[in-house]
Amino acid sequence: MKLFITAAVLTITATAAFAAGHCAAGKTLTDGTLTIATGNPAYYPWVIDDAPESKQGFEAAVAYALAGEMGFSDDAVTWVRTSFDEAIQPGEKNFDINMQQFSITEERDKVVDFSAPYYTAPQAVMTTVEVAEGGAKPTLDSLKTLKWGVVASTTALPIVMETIAPDQSPLVYDDNANVTAAIKAGQIDAALFDLPTALFTAAVLLDNGVVLGQFDPEAAENPDQFGMLMTEGNPLKECVDEALTALTDSGKLAEIEAEWLQQATGVPLIK
Amino acid sequence: MSTRRAAYEARQRRRANMIAGVSTFGVLALLLVLVPLAPGWQAVKASFFDGDVFLRTFPGLLQAFVLDVAIFAWSVPLIFALGLAIALARGARNPALFPLRIFGAVYVDLFRGIPVVLLVYLVGFGIPGLGLPRPWNSPYIWGTVALVLTYSAYVAEVLRSGIESIHASQRNAAICLGLSERDTMRHVILPQAIRRVVPANMNMLVALQKDVALLSFIGPVEILRQAGIYKSLLANFTPYVAAAIIFLCVTVPATRYADYLLNKDRNARS
Repeated sequence: MKLFITAAVLTITATAAFAAGHCAAGKTLTDGTLTIATGNPAYYPWVIDDAPESKQGFEAAVAYALAGEMGFSDDAVTWVRTSFDEAIQPGEKNFDINMQQFSITEERDKVVDFSAPYYTAPQAVMTTVEVAEGGAKPTLDSLKTLKWGVVASTTALPIVMETIAPDQSPLVYDDNANVTAAIKAGQIDAALFDLPTALFTAAVLLDNGVVLGQFDPEAAENPDQFGMLMTEGNPLKECVDEALTALTDSGKLAEIEAEWLQQATGVPLIK
Repeated sequence: MSTRRAAYEARQRRRANMIAGVSTFGVLALLLVLVPLAPGWQAVKASFFDGDVFLRTFPGLLQAFVLDVAIFAWSVPLIFALGLAIALARGARNPALFPLRIFGAVYVDLFRGIPVVLLVYLVGFGIPGLGLPRPWNSPYIWGTVALVLTYSAYVAEVLRSGIESIHASQRNAAICLGLSERDTMRHVILPQAIRRVVPANMNMLVALQKDVALLSFIGPVEILRQAGIYKSLLANFTPYVAAAIIFLCVTVPATRYADYLLNKDRNARS
């Protein structure tokens, strides 16, 4: 009986994989290949060393797992680079799916399509040792008094404005590198990133960086969830969702997350 | 009483006006008809000309624009003061002041040659990074410094060209009247030179008004950044169009006013 069930499950899985392979047929930019876009540069730990082809890093690994689930061999995956603006501008796109920590929001969803979420990102507060020693604590009251900096194209700004509501208006930058420069220059006390980015920035880009705390994603009204971006009405979406569901159900997604984003434990929750 | 020639000229003018009107109308009509026929027009329209997004974001953008105006307002006097000083340094005639001339030339070469945005980054992040305490490391201060450095180099060259355009006879006449070198410059050369380069300097001011937006790269949330924030939250480029309209509302009247002043000045002198 047990053998029979195993056989049945195997058959179903095999069929699902086969169906998924057929599902994407004729729906990609180039038949037989899946073109995936990432950032320029792509940041750690999402893509290691800015080389998604190496399959190193969370998003790179998810991309290859997804492609495999959809019936594309590793060789059939092509990488391109886009900025955020290129991803949302009207007109022809040079990618089938775009993966660069895009948070799913209702407004964005009107203009482009998002896959099912592949990661729920806790938002984390990154600051310096000096600020932390100066009395900053992972409480909302303490965070209010800090001078904040955020990246413009992320959902961090609404969180800072609405949840923290700081006393001084935050400064806004183009990318992580500029936020880091502003922290080094002492122009801001703290920045809000998704947790993996905060951990990387604090450990690698800053000499004196610390992650002060994280917001509990379970408690958030609209937790920040990353989705793969596709053009509005892209027929590929159902294939991507199907494959993502399969990856989630099989535990493969959690496995990849554990491999690349495991250091996330041990950061205190903000009260 | 109109002569035959005046009547002929009036007829010619009417004809020219009519042709100009018809051709302008034709071009506009073609644009209005042809552009919406492009296959991607609906997508472009939804993404750049969304009425709802426009109305939702316009008040916020206008509020952010106040910061642009403020930065502009405090930069302009600094730019002209420094620009004039550099122009005078470059024009120094006393041999003992030769180092000043060299300094002026190097200053202009250096700051006119570096892209503004690079200087904004270098000065805006670099100098505060040396360890200045707050509030002296503010991006507003150092961003302004970057703008002043670049634009004073341009303005210095404009002023110098104005000073050199004043005929030597003016200087000689002033010397004959017994004016000192300093008074010659102050009361004879500069008033004429500055008036002569008003259009070029207006150009500088219009360019500066737009380049103020570059300060957003080092943190301040002015109109361009505010538009970028809206763009990323709404995934729609309409806020940029709204920002462009706000810019035009300021720069176009400013340019027209400068033209008006110039014409008035020219008419008064002729």
